[in-house]
Amino acid sequence: MSENFFKVIRAGINTTFQDLGRNNLNHIGIPISGVMDKRNYIIANKILQNDPGYPVIEFAYQGPRLVYHGEPLNILVAGDVKFKIFKNKNEIEGKCYKTITLEDHNEIDLISTNKSVYGYLAIGAELNIDYQWKSCSINTRANIGSNNGKKLQDNQMIEVSKIKELSRRKLDHINSKIENIRVIKGTNFHYFSKESQAKFFKKEYSVTKLTDRMGMRLEGERLDNIINTNIKSEGLVKGVIQIPADGNPIIMLADHGTIGGYPKIAIVISADFDRLSQLTPGSKIKFKEVNLKDAETIFKLYEMETNNIISKIL
Amino acid sequence: MIKNISNLGDAAVYCDFGDEVNKEINSKVINYFQNLKDCKFEGITNLTPSYNKLIVSFDLSITNFEKTKKIIENLEIKKNYSISKKKIQIPVCCEDEYALDLKKLERILNKPTDEILDTFFSKEYFCYMTGFIAGMPFLGDIDKNLHAKRLETPRVKVPKGSIGLTEQFCNIYTFESPGGWNIIGKTPLDVFDSLNEDNPNLINPGDTVGFIKINKEKYKNYNE
Repeated sequence: MSENFFKVIRAGINTTFQDLGRNNLNHIGIPISGVMDKRNYIIANKILQNDPGYPVIEFAYQGPRLVYHGEPLNILVAGDVKFKIFKNKNEIEGKCYKTITLEDHNEIDLISTNKSVYGYLAIGAELNIDYQWKSCSINTRANIGSNNGKKLQDNQMIEVSKIKELSRRKLDHINSKIENIRVIKGTNFHYFSKESQAKFFKKEYSVTKLTDRMGMRLEGERLDNIINTNIKSEGLVKGVIQIPADGNPIIMLADHGTIGGYPKIAIVISADFDRLSQLTPGSKIKFKEVNLKDAETIFKLYEMETNNIISKIL
Repeated sequence: MIKNISNLGDAAVYCDFGDEVNKEINSKVINYFQNLKDCKFEGITNLTPSYNKLIVSFDLSITNFEKTKKIIENLEIKKNYSISKKKIQIPVCCEDEYALDLKKLERILNKPTDEILDTFFSKEYFCYMTGFIAGMPFLGDIDKNLHAKRLETPRVKVPKGSIGLTEQFCNIYTFESPGGWNIIGKTPLDVFDSLNEDNPNLINPGDTVGFIKINKEKYKNYNE
């Protein structure tokens, strides 16, 4: 047993280890996985001066409560997260994007994400966890990745080693919200009636509770397919919006199926993935069409914006 | 060889090899996939072959659609891959509790259960591709008297091991997962092994699969 470790008092709702995921396995049915909100992941590791690709703890809605045992180490919480730190008898209100030093017996309680879904806990030490196909990302559906491919469990340990220097760093950052999800027309856009094509870009859709790391199911006005409600199963990528026969859109997210047989009406642009993932059930969204050139430019701008945020770390 | 190349969103190339589904087109897709895989182009993050399409995903911060399209167009097919050709037998139990959609299929196909199952078990099936979930084989072609569409609303949870039918194809749900295929039975066999990183799939494109009907007792004792 390592001398430095966290004990999980409460695991939280959907708590997993994630990094940037695993590539080039779609052909055997394994999706990329990886963090849902890449920008927050990048910021978290940057503040802690961790290498890019470092594992973090991702949680949805309610995070874990952990007690730490060992030499002092730095942690950082990213996202829009309400949390508390317990040091001896002191209870301290947590602040995101600011390094926190935990000492022996200190506790952190990641109470809830505020008007968002995913939060991140980054750790300034090496996590002693397993890798599968060079990634720690947990895919609970196929039980792939670290922690035997399972969500974190109550009472389990998370061992750490090679604790980093305890520098104090912080960032003033507020996550931007998204109202319009920008999309590029899909390969089966013409499967839908002219009326439904127009409806798709005009009407509001609400995010339903049937939303997880695999996909986001939406509800709204039914879209009429005039050609075929099935296509011959073919590859999927993150962001694809499929319309099954019931007419309600399903957006593919990080743990999506690699193959699907419902028509693809549109694909969400890469720049909007992070903020799309953060939409809570009940949120209303509208789709807005952009062309490929615009999508590429918007992505470049989004990356520049991320770099700009990082440059403001103090 | 590729009939049409277009973009699938801003980070993938959609290569269309035709509308039909047959072994000939499928082996072209697989051959293209293998040759592209060997080249290990920078920025390409995934290759997803299916019956008659190949999707090439890339990292938009490293490359873009035009560049990736050029790579695909200029690809030299250096090697002809002979695909895997194993024969695999899969035991299936079709008792009511596992055959979630068999009663419904009786109505849709207007055939008694016995006839549906006899037809299904009398043939061997070709594996065109694997995917959707880890290790799931897409097999065909089933008898045309058994063709049915996907469920209107996909199930949120299809039990692990379920055997599904849709159109001219059948598959095996290697894990509990959402899914829209018509379920006619369940296998006790593990079709995917994540601990075998080099070869986790029991069934690979090109293999032939035969299904063998087993009763509930045999199903329950299978892993003992």
